[in-house]
Amino acid sequence: MTHQDPGLGRNRTGMQMSPLLSKEMMQNLNTFPWDAQTMSVEDPEKLEMDYLQTAHPIGSIPVPLTLKGMAMSGIDKLKGARPEIFIDKLGERMAFERQGVRLYEALLRKCSAGSSSPAPVPVERLELIRQNELEHMFLIKATLENFGADPTAQTPSADVVAVASMGLLQVITDPRTSIRHSIEAIQVAELTDRDGWNLLIELADALGEDKLIAPFQKALQEEDQHVHEVRTWLKNLTLMEAGVSAAATF
Amino acid sequence: MGLKLEENKGYPLEKQFRSWRDIAKEPISKLDSDAFSRVRIVLLNGIELEAIRFSHACSRMNRDLQRNLALIRRVEQQQATTINWLLPADQSPLETTIAYEQVAIEVTAAIAQQEPNAYLAQAYRFGLLEDFDHMYRYSALMDRLEGKDANNILQSYTDILPGRPTMVEHRHPFDDLRTPYDRKHADPITKLNALMIMSAEFQTHDYYMNVGPLFADPLARALYAEIASIEEQHVTQYESLSDPEETWMEKWMLHEAMEVYSYYSCVESESDPRLKAIGENFLDFELGHLQVVMDLFKKIERRDPMEILPTQFPKPVSFASQREFVRHTLAQEVNMSADGPLFIDRKQENDRTLLYRQEVNASGSPSEQVASEYRWAPGTELTQKRIAM
Repeated sequence: MTHQDPGLGRNRTGMQMSPLLSKEMMQNLNTFPWDAQTMSVEDPEKLEMDYLQTAHPIGSIPVPLTLKGMAMSGIDKLKGARPEIFIDKLGERMAFERQGVRLYEALLRKCSAGSSSPAPVPVERLELIRQNELEHMFLIKATLENFGADPTAQTPSADVVAVASMGLLQVITDPRTSIRHSIEAIQVAELTDRDGWNLLIELADALGEDKLIAPFQKALQEEDQHVHEVRTWLKNLTLMEAGVSAAATF
Repeated sequence: MGLKLEENKGYPLEKQFRSWRDIAKEPISKLDSDAFSRVRIVLLNGIELEAIRFSHACSRMNRDLQRNLALIRRVEQQQATTINWLLPADQSPLETTIAYEQVAIEVTAAIAQQEPNAYLAQAYRFGLLEDFDHMYRYSALMDRLEGKDANNILQSYTDILPGRPTMVEHRHPFDDLRTPYDRKHADPITKLNALMIMSAEFQTHDYYMNVGPLFADPLARALYAEIASIEEQHVTQYESLSDPEETWMEKWMLHEAMEVYSYYSCVESESDPRLKAIGENFLDFELGHLQVVMDLFKKIERRDPMEILPTQFPKPVSFASQREFVRHTLAQEVNMSADGPLFIDRKQENDRTLLYRQEVNASGSPSEQVASEYRWAPGTELTQKRIAM
């Protein structure tokens, strides 16, 4: 029964599950003396606007060593008025790849704990993708080091992408979610990852970092392959669960 | 059939430690479990956290009790973990907040009706209407921030309507202190009721203080800040209902008795067999704790514990929708406020409360802002919008 998709059951969240209680609730709602209430404020968005207009940035991009005059590095050779943006985006990719490794490890655990045989997605492919994500992480780490940047720092974009993907980890690591639920989350990650590499290549190209294009292109091709595979697994799993396809083929 | 103390000695304290696997159990289903199962989990967690809180305070003031307190407290901490870990990870902090307010409404309403002391019953009704309003404000936040329907959590047991407006719940601290029951004459159920509701409100305050900063949205952060302040007022109110002349041993024994009564009430109404089994197990644990504390009480105070405890526990707390009671109370008492320990009409409020309220609301009211022209509708207020097709 582990990690199977849910079937019909006693989901209690909707109004129709409690017809008598829901009827009473609507009666009280409709007979409530709404006219006697002071229900509106003059400027309902005032407080949010106050905070929005006075907020400081979430954090800063770490200063590369060269700017402190401590060591020679590559960042001063970068084109553009604000080369630190490249460092920020490299930090983001590195954080995402690192999390990607952990997402696949969690998915592999879930697959190996399942009772389905064969596994609903090919485990050897999951292991290979995990390996790809790890290699991409090392590629970015080496790139950051070549620029004299600190690969251990969490840049603002790395932080924000981690916030944006918090839910993915929650879905995959929850023992109560199915393989399909987890693949849905992996798909979000892979789509984001693929577009992340695309953008990074465009940025490297614009900054004149020609030597980075080839290794980054290789990573992008691998991410493209991940997207394609994950999309196929998700389609097959969903069709199979819906009973409109005899069996998933990979 | 009530629970009789002399027939139920409970599980021996020395056998109550458990393994991590047994402590952290599988959570309930947010989607499929009954809302009242969640209500009971939240209430029991509040009870357990108060047990730990009281035990530490008592330990700081009573060297001779420290070993016994430490022993029972470790078990209570394991129980608290088991209970709180029953909440699932897909239940967001805001969804859990809705559950907390459901507890504050439904349990307080049940207690208000079973409380024999008219003044304390009034205090519960007073707090109830304020928590009822919090539910409305948080539901508006959930709808407008996350596009979610609070009734997915409430399951139609609890209305989502304005109560006493949160904006006017802010009172000077002196006007949240009440007159306590008299420990020599109060009915045992009066003492247990006061402790139970205070425990629930204390954890609600602490929960809002912990999760408020987890929100990115400025209005959400401001709303949690505002309502956490009211929960502090509620803790002040409910805490002041217990007689401060009770001895440490008396208070400890009442805490254990209240835990027994809470588990007993939850077990009696729980329909999920897995949760019922956990509750029965912990009821036995609590009976074991109570026996230890009763023996200590006899030894230290040289008094009969049954001067304080009921020989038979009162009938269990009702875990059911209190919609009609809440509606009636709302119609009768929404305009009340307090002047010191007295409940008064809001028109008669004193200057210190009016000044305090003016100060905290000086830069606007998050609770008013979040619910401006808000009316809950099934499936969120967006379902009521007209769109061009």
